[in-house]
Amino acid sequence: MSDPVLSVAHLSVDLGGRSILRNVSFDLYPGQLCALIGENGAGKTTLLRSLLGLTAHRSGQALIDGAPADQRRALVGYVPQKIAFDPDVPLRTRDLVQLGLDGHRLGLPLFLGRKKALVDQALHAVWAEAFADQRVGELSGGQQQRAVIAHALVRQPRLLILDEPLANLDFGSANALVTLLGTLTRTQQIAVLVTAHDMNPLLPVMDRLVYLVGGQAATGSVEEVVQPDVLSKLYGYPVTVLRHGRRILVLPDAVAEDAETCTASHVPHPEKAD
Amino acid sequence: MLLENSGFFSSEPVQTALIVGTCAALVSAVIGVFTILRGNAFAGHALADVSSAGGAASFLLGINPLLGFLGMAWIAAFGMEFLGVRKVRERDLATGIVLGAGLGLSALFLYLDVTTTSTTGAAVSVMFGSMFAIPQSLIGPALVASAGVFLLVGLLYRPMMLTAVDPDLAAARGISLRWIGLLQLLALGLAVAVCALAIGAVLATALLIGPAGAAIRLSRRPAQAIFWAMAIGLTAVWGSIWMAYESYYWFSGNAWPVSFFVVTLVFLFYLTAVLVAKVMGLSARQKPVIWPHCEA
Repeated sequence: MSDPVLSVAHLSVDLGGRSILRNVSFDLYPGQLCALIGENGAGKTTLLRSLLGLTAHRSGQALIDGAPADQRRALVGYVPQKIAFDPDVPLRTRDLVQLGLDGHRLGLPLFLGRKKALVDQALHAVWAEAFADQRVGELSGGQQQRAVIAHALVRQPRLLILDEPLANLDFGSANALVTLLGTLTRTQQIAVLVTAHDMNPLLPVMDRLVYLVGGQAATGSVEEVVQPDVLSKLYGYPVTVLRHGRRILVLPDAVAEDAETCTASHVPHPEKAD
Repeated sequence: MLLENSGFFSSEPVQTALIVGTCAALVSAVIGVFTILRGNAFAGHALADVSSAGGAASFLLGINPLLGFLGMAWIAAFGMEFLGVRKVRERDLATGIVLGAGLGLSALFLYLDVTTTSTTGAAVSVMFGSMFAIPQSLIGPALVASAGVFLLVGLLYRPMMLTAVDPDLAAARGISLRWIGLLQLLALGLAVAVCALAIGAVLATALLIGPAGAAIRLSRRPAQAIFWAMAIGLTAVWGSIWMAYESYYWFSGNAWPVSFFVVTLVFLFYLTAVLVAKVMGLSARQKPVIWPHCEA
């Protein structure tokens, strides 16, 4: 296999004197989709910010293509959380995507020849041609998300990072987005890192998993990580892993004992109420 | 016809007013679009109001009023940036506090203007402008200040646009939000000074926000918005100068101030733009597009 696009080794980050991430390690290769799962405050956003070179770390390293993250910005595409464009912003989807190509450059955007082809390519990759000439503020939440993904893709990054892309999407849009992410990972041979509260929607396309609890991580494949002993160690108290069809539910033990009888008696219960 | 008879273009004050007014319309269009996109309209208004203190001080000290407006606008811009403009709520708070302090100074300087010098017209001139009374010597400085705005915006066009659209996206690209914010406020200060010179510190907001606000509703692209803002601003300013000049004959020797016409025309343009946008459905949500793979 080729070299990892992203290599995080023993990464620890402090913010305001508090330890936010402790000894986090994982690698991500081209053509792999990695889910970064954790609750609010687990350290997901801090980890992403270190990968973007926006937060300094105390020890360890985060290398993108073999160099520190802040020297490799050009290789990273980023889709932030909570995208909501003002309806009145005079900016078409196509203009937003073009800003992904040259938004950091000085001077006026005058010579567009080759850029237009790249922009069209990125729009095509996220199935956004249909609304390419619409204002971004007029798009639905799912469409805005895809517009921003095209904005991140247009520079042909090797690593695409998405912060909670499934939050605020209805089931249909969320499923479609997951399909899109899986397709992008395979066809573009890029590494994709997606954060989420709930791993279930991402299970069909996920190659690897980083499970964050209180700043510490368990990493590996879903089979390796989502095991009672691994997660109990991570949480610091016993947890139970319930599997129902293709769904996974992680519960603290006291609650799980009742739930287990549910699955034993085949009550179709374990859908995570999230 | 009308123009030739009344000697409109041969009048020196009219020529000066046309040049300074054109500068004001153009720079306010360029910076106004970014100011509104960044949600900074209130800061723009505050800078303009606070710049009145500088205008008033310039009468007192006998210096170039453009420098007075500019100096105070920049001090206010630094003050707002220093007090914190990151979060919207903090930004409004910092803006409000700087605005209050600045207007206090303005009250003092205008009082001193009236009491220590005999420039009774100072207050009206600083606050509401008197376009036909702009000295010819200010044309040069106004052109330089305008060139400064064009230079700054031309250089920072794309990072400013990306920051205005979404600060998170800009930060991820290594753009320094702090620097972009500060440089944009400096450009805004320059534009405020030119506008304040033209139509007065208090009314400058109308030109800074109005044409750009109307243009944004009518446009799909940033460059288009700037073009429309320029067109609306120029029409308002040129039309106002002509109307104010002609109003001397309309109201039997009592010419109305240019500033009044500018503000009124800008307001009418804004209303029209809102209506046009509504009728043409520019702001309305289009019908949703179905995901391609769902149709299959």
